[in-house]
Amino acid sequence: MSQMWTAKLRNKWQKELPIEKLLPDDQPAYVSSWIYVFGVLTLATLAVIIFSGIILAFQGPAWYHISKTGKFVNSLHFWSVQLFFVFMVIHLWGKFWMAAWRGNRFATWATGAVAFIASIATAFTGYLVQTNFDSQWISFEAKDGFNSVGVGAWFNVTNLGQMLLLHVAFLPAILGVLTVVHVLMVRKRGVVPPIDSEPSPVNEASK
Amino acid sequence: MSTNKEAKAEFDAAPWAGKTKRYDIVKEGTIALVFVFVLTVVLSLIMSSPDEPPLTFKGWAVSNPDNLYATAVQELAGTSGTATYGGPYNNASDGLNVGPLWLQKWAGVTHPIDAANDFVITPLSTQVLAPEIANAVATWKSAADSQRQAWATAYDDAITKVEGKLSDVAVGAYGPVPVLAQGLTDMAKSGALDAALLSQGGFFQTDNTKQILFFGDGAYLDDAGTAANLQGGTWGMMNETGRYPGQAWLWLYSFWYQIPPFNNGESKPIGANADAYIMVIMGLLSLGLILIPIIPVIRNLPMRIPIHRGIWRQYYQSQGIKRRKM
Ligand code: HEM
Repeated sequence: MSQMWTAKLRNKWQKELPIEKLLPDDQPAYVSSWIYVFGVLTLATLAVIIFSGIILAFQGPAWYHISKTGKFVNSLHFWSVQLFFVFMVIHLWGKFWMAAWRGNRFATWATGAVAFIASIATAFTGYLVQTNFDSQWISFEAKDGFNSVGVGAWFNVTNLGQMLLLHVAFLPAILGVLTVVHVLMVRKRGVVPPIDSEPSPVNEASK
Repeated sequence: MSTNKEAKAEFDAAPWAGKTKRYDIVKEGTIALVFVFVLTVVLSLIMSSPDEPPLTFKGWAVSNPDNLYATAVQELAGTSGTATYGGPYNNASDGLNVGPLWLQKWAGVTHPIDAANDFVITPLSTQVLAPEIANAVATWKSAADSQRQAWATAYDDAITKVEGKLSDVAVGAYGPVPVLAQGLTDMAKSGALDAALLSQGGFFQTDNTKQILFFGDGAYLDDAGTAANLQGGTWGMMNETGRYPGQAWLWLYSFWYQIPPFNNGESKPIGANADAYIMVIMGLLSLGLILIPIIPVIRNLPMRIPIHRGIWRQYYQSQGIKRRKM
């Protein structure tokens, strides 16, 4: 029985990320600062981006040029991306000054950092599929950078079809997976203790 | 000393055994979602979003026909930006390098572009042409390569000599080139060139490479970029049209283009290969961001600069924890 892959996976999962850890109803007493809100805000904004993006995807990239509703949904998408980056950058700096990679949390930091880079790639392809003057300009300018290091041979910023597919399928999928792993890792390890903190008397009447 | 460090690392990694408090993460997440959604709706209602219509070849041909005409001649003569580009479009140049790395060349020609044919002859051939232009196309097609080159180069040189002022161009042995350039300009004026460049006589098309490259060879796109304050020398890549925020997160990438030697195309080897060097620098910096937790000095900055005292103030106060020298 215990040799079964399924059983092994279940046991490992149950041990490392039981539902009480996944959805805890308490947190260490030090989790009291507005900076903790920015991870959650980033996550929430990503949800708004995906929601508005799905609506845009249903209608195709030219919809918002001709429809008022389309323009509004495009605005939702545009502004949620702007907010997303603001929140994410504050989150990043916060985690840096908290040295939140301490205590085996390197992978949490690294998935976050890769998510940041993936977000930039996703947003960049988004600007390329606006099908307006801005995307003409950006694709003409940006091709030189990618071509100069050989990447342009496969990642062709002047190919609307390729950019559109990467923007609505591949890149968001990567970002989604990174985000899920990132957040699960935070839950698994618990929130990093303050710098210079030390053991204190256990839980005395803290609730 | 090292045991002390190890003990700390172990403490940081262990499940928290100290004081806890009630904390409703689902409620927090829901409030965050509602907050962000409302904020996005409000921003969208007040500010809308940028959408400058794309430029067209028709617009180019109407507003600056001489420039489109001269660009068509350059495509035929093989002197345009695209015709002389190198990889991934053709073998006309080795492209940029970073030291011994000729990545652009090594990646090969994956999106072949034959500027004369793809930009001028094939689009013209998709049209029902006036006899004069049809003759010019036929003459060009049946001529030897060296002959085509001689005609087009002579005309291109003549236009360059009078700085693009077409009425001042001296008479010469230009073969069918002037008629071809005029034919293409007229075709653009009618609005037919945009689609013909995209489809190249085919049906399905989702790749705008040829349109964009031809467009960029002339002055029309460049002038529009300058007018919209989008040029690279002025942080252009980051900006949006109008008064909208652009990709501000590209600031570090754009930054390098503002300083020497990167902003000087003449300076060798770095300025002349700025695109490639900056890509490599940004790749390394991105790797650095990921690896911050194991980079000496940088990973200790948060311990040395006590911003954490503010973040966890309540905790430090309640526990009476003083700042420790590290
Ligand atoms: C897609 C973008 C991201 C999302 C949705 C996201 C989400 C979150 C959430 C919800 C948390 C837990 C709550 C909190 O402590 O704020 C968290 C923690 C964390 N994030 Fe992110 N994050 C993202 C990007 C980043 C980036 C760019 C970094 C840094 C390079 C980063 C580093 C961290 C670290 C180190 C923690 C763990 C903190 C701890 O253990 O106390 N994250 N993230």
